[in-house]
Amino acid sequence: MNPLLGQFINLLGAVLLMLAFAMISQRRVLSLVHLFTLQGAVLVVATAVVGYATAQPHLFISAALTLVLKVLLIPNLLHRVIDRLEVRWDTEPLLNIPTTMLIGILLVIFAFNLGLPIARFSSTIARGTLGIALACVLLSFMMMITRAKAIPQVVGFLSMENGLFFAATSATYGMPMVVELGIALDVLIGVLILGVFMFQIREQFDSLDIRHLERLKED
Amino acid sequence: MTLGWTGALSQLLEIVLALALAPLLTGWVNQCRAWLQNKSAPPLLQPYYLLHKLFNKESVLAEHASPLFRSAPYIVFGCMTLACSIIPTLSTDLPLTLAADAIALVGLFALARVFISLAAMDIGTSFGTLGARREMLIGFLAEPALLMVLFCASLISTSTSLATIVETLAHRELAIYPSLAFAGVAFTIVSLAENARVPVDNPATHLELTMVHEALILEYSGRHLALIEWAASLKLFAYSCAGLALFCPWGIAEAHAPLEMLLALPALALKLAIGGAALATLETLSAKMRIFRVPEFLATAFLLAVIGLLVHILLGS
Repeated sequence: MNPLLGQFINLLGAVLLMLAFAMISQRRVLSLVHLFTLQGAVLVVATAVVGYATAQPHLFISAALTLVLKVLLIPNLLHRVIDRLEVRWDTEPLLNIPTTMLIGILLVIFAFNLGLPIARFSSTIARGTLGIALACVLLSFMMMITRAKAIPQVVGFLSMENGLFFAATSATYGMPMVVELGIALDVLIGVLILGVFMFQIREQFDSLDIRHLERLKED
Repeated sequence: MTLGWTGALSQLLEIVLALALAPLLTGWVNQCRAWLQNKSAPPLLQPYYLLHKLFNKESVLAEHASPLFRSAPYIVFGCMTLACSIIPTLSTDLPLTLAADAIALVGLFALARVFISLAAMDIGTSFGTLGARREMLIGFLAEPALLMVLFCASLISTSTSLATIVETLAHRELAIYPSLAFAGVAFTIVSLAENARVPVDNPATHLELTMVHEALILEYSGRHLALIEWAASLKLFAYSCAGLALFCPWGIAEAHAPLEMLLALPALALKLAIGGAALATLETLSAKMRIFRVPEFLATAFLLAVIGLLVHILLGS
């Protein structure tokens, strides 16, 4: 086995984590979608490389699935939603970004600590990246919590799925095909439903700020 | 490593090369930038003409200037020359790297920054003080990030000496270090901030409200200004060479093969040309950010470098 392949997978994992951080610090909605597309592309390459290194043909299928779904279809859908809602240049008054990033670093340390003992018992080629994948999941989680607008939350949800997918690939060479197909379909349907939701929220409140949803009664 | 004649020769060659090539690199970046922005480019040798002009001019001092103001250009120039001499550009056989490691490199940049800021405050004009404060704000945020970037590389080679780092990265068997990817992005951000480049400061501006580096040197003229301009070129050269040494160290000659330096020179020129063009592209693509966004920008660099360290620990165990 070529050791460079394993290191290349580690590098791709690192790039995924870097993109997750870039998403946290991004204010513009459109750039967020671009970053998400990029993350999907890196994930495709990572899955394909793991598939090549371990000679597991089903990983190529899931890489192709990711390519179609997360690099082409969903970003396209998101772009359409952004165009229709005219939030192209929307910027979001976030909580203090440095604070968010500091919390992000704590999450990374936590995830790495968690991943380390598990990785020791694993024998897969990409075992070191389990901590990175966990960190990606937690960071996307945090993004969903700290964002006030609907589209960044959806992107956070999707990038969390990216992290989970990478975790599955690095820990156990991917989930069974049925599960993978199921998740892919789930995500797609989820995005569609959330898209409809966004239009509804917009119609009701004239804004995509989900803080409006906290008040249930009209006063 | 003993202080042999090859070591002394390569050290001397390196210093002369830095002094001679640094304005050329600045000229190249300016030219690329002008091309990319559809302006007519200044000649490649423009920085040399500028230095020649300034050295032949009389240097005017403010009435209340203290000796500090007069000595600051020489100190800054000395710091930058020393910084250039401890970064391996042609060969790793550098006697001075025994005396000063990566941490001392950051210290040298800090020393230069302190003196130029003190000199700017010395005259007592409001622009100088404003520039000095901004410079210190940027500096104190960029420094820890730079240290963390250098630590990322020293964790791999288990040494803080720049020569050892380059030897480890360039001449051991090829390996991909994910931690260096983080460090690379962080280093790019830090070097943009430290060299007064576009997202943080505009080197071509003369608009009072936005300038940082220009405000610092507003009171200097003649040979003092020439030394400071030359030192700024040297700083850009030092940062570029440090970046090349950490992230693209191939082609630098080893200690036992001084003849490889003949090959190292064109390799260095090629890498610097590509790096300069990349810097100009980066500058053209980005817009100048508000001064209050700069802490956030640099905090990102620091955090990325810290994650680089963490990733190294995670993947190395």
